[in-house]
Amino acid sequence: MKFQGKIWKFGDNIDTDAIIPARYLNTTDHASLASHCMEDADPDFPKKVKPGDIIVAGENFGCGSSREHAPIAIKAAGVACVIAKSFARIFYRNAFNMGLPIFESKELYGKVEEGAVVSVNGDTGLITISGTEDESLKITPIPPFMQELIADGGLLNHIMKKQAASA
Amino acid sequence: MGMTITEKILASHAGLAEVHPGMLIDASVDIALGNDITAPIAIEEFEKAGGKTVFDRDKVVLIPDHFTPNKDIDSAQQCKFVREFAHSQALTHYYEGGEVGVEHALLPEKGIVLPGDLVIGADSHTCTYGALGAFATGVGSTDLAAAMLTGKAWLKVPESMKFILYGKLNPWVSGKDLILFIIGKIGVDGALYKAMEMTGETVTALGMADRMSMANMAIEAGAKNGIFACDDITRAYVKPRAKRPWTQYASDANAAYVETIEIDCSKIEPQVAFPHLPSNTRGISGVGDIRIDQAVIGSCTNGRIEDLRVAAQVLKGRKAASHVRLLIIPATPEVYRMAMNEGLMNIFMDANAIISPPTCGPCLGGHMGILAQGERAVATTNRNFVGRMGHPGSEVYLSNPAVAAASAVLGRLAGPDELN
Repeated sequence: MKFQGKIWKFGDNIDTDAIIPARYLNTTDHASLASHCMEDADPDFPKKVKPGDIIVAGENFGCGSSREHAPIAIKAAGVACVIAKSFARIFYRNAFNMGLPIFESKELYGKVEEGAVVSVNGDTGLITISGTEDESLKITPIPPFMQELIADGGLLNHIMKKQAASA
Repeated sequence: MGMTITEKILASHAGLAEVHPGMLIDASVDIALGNDITAPIAIEEFEKAGGKTVFDRDKVVLIPDHFTPNKDIDSAQQCKFVREFAHSQALTHYYEGGEVGVEHALLPEKGIVLPGDLVIGADSHTCTYGALGAFATGVGSTDLAAAMLTGKAWLKVPESMKFILYGKLNPWVSGKDLILFIIGKIGVDGALYKAMEMTGETVTALGMADRMSMANMAIEAGAKNGIFACDDITRAYVKPRAKRPWTQYASDANAAYVETIEIDCSKIEPQVAFPHLPSNTRGISGVGDIRIDQAVIGSCTNGRIEDLRVAAQVLKGRKAASHVRLLIIPATPEVYRMAMNEGLMNIFMDANAIISPPTCGPCLGGHMGILAQGERAVATTNRNFVGRMGHPGSEVYLSNPAVAAASAVLGRLAGPDELN
């Protein structure tokens, strides 16, 4: 699993109301959710973000509501992955369950400016910042069960695969 | 080594003799809950995965409470989708119209969740049921879909934090103030991924409504669940409501905790969480002069009859300031009826309050009390994030019902003592 993209930086405690405000939750349409992604943290984000871009954030990203619309909005906006110092628990689960790659790195946040290009190698667990290729940062490894979920394409595909295998 | 109450419930539902923090388990769920925002995605995923019938029609609970009574065409469509699914599956616990209430007040009230249960809900405040001695945690729609299909959920066993609360509470201090104080102390990620176990003489003296307010906001500290041991007060609450057997668990004396925090509750005054995090708490004596435009008394945190009684005690014979919109939202039809029969509704109407049907509406900026740019609300709800109750340029201050009521009267943040 490899990504390379331009980063957008957000601070600590980016909550699910900032990621996708509740006023837009009267629909499950992915494109409509994407068009309001991160709106209350940065009103221009939906216009600025390009497919393959990466979100970098501080502590406790995704705190607040259980709404899966949050990782859906980020994924549907074309964001390749989110790298934060830490994630709120339900957001962490939801991201894996529906196949949005996320990584924990305590170091990256302080080392990059917005607009920098970052490469992520999920297999080796390394991040490199464009221009400083000789200095790689380690990301917290994804637990094997979560890797299985991503490899299977999310929780429900994983369950169906298991059920088919035991049938 | 002994086990905590959380570990015991998880072990029993995973069919294991014991579990340890960090273990990934596959656990059977007693209740899988969804609402009008989260259930539509769950139903779509359930159907995409080839699901035909839910694993148990008594255990899948769907409650349309966020945008109901429907605020617009899109939410009406969303609710219709949930309704048709619930009817086609003949779900035992599907409520709407005059039967529906705020889910986390409705489920305990109807005896749908019981001590020792393992509950997952596609709503972050599912952790409320920890007040009953259940393991209850919020998940997303895909987890709900998987549980609807298989009756199971994958869970990582959390580390437990123990809170020992002692000391007699000051006047007007409630469970809401205790949890706001705790979140202020440990921060919005102070219990990230962990179980918050509430113990101590102050806790055992609290009624169920206060315990539910506290467990409700465990998520605001990042916790996986909040939990209280089952005692006489729990049993008295559960006994007339339960329609099936239940099990009570307590932590072993030698159970392991990652951290133990002791709090002298006699030193706590009513708390207010300032924008834009539930951890920005201050005692009421230190709030300064903050003019408010709206006061909201309700929600899964503080919309129970006990909360409305406190609000009525403060509002009796008084009126909301002319520039304040005071909203009272009984959390369930039963709370509404009790408030009516006890004469509380007259007190509220005499105070110029607006009485809303049960709904989550204003808490999440859905409907029924949206704030304009620059407006400020004091609310008994659980979140004060940017844009939570409306315009991103509005502000929400979290408090208990007594403070919200007194603030409505004075038109600024204030405690009830200022009314005398």
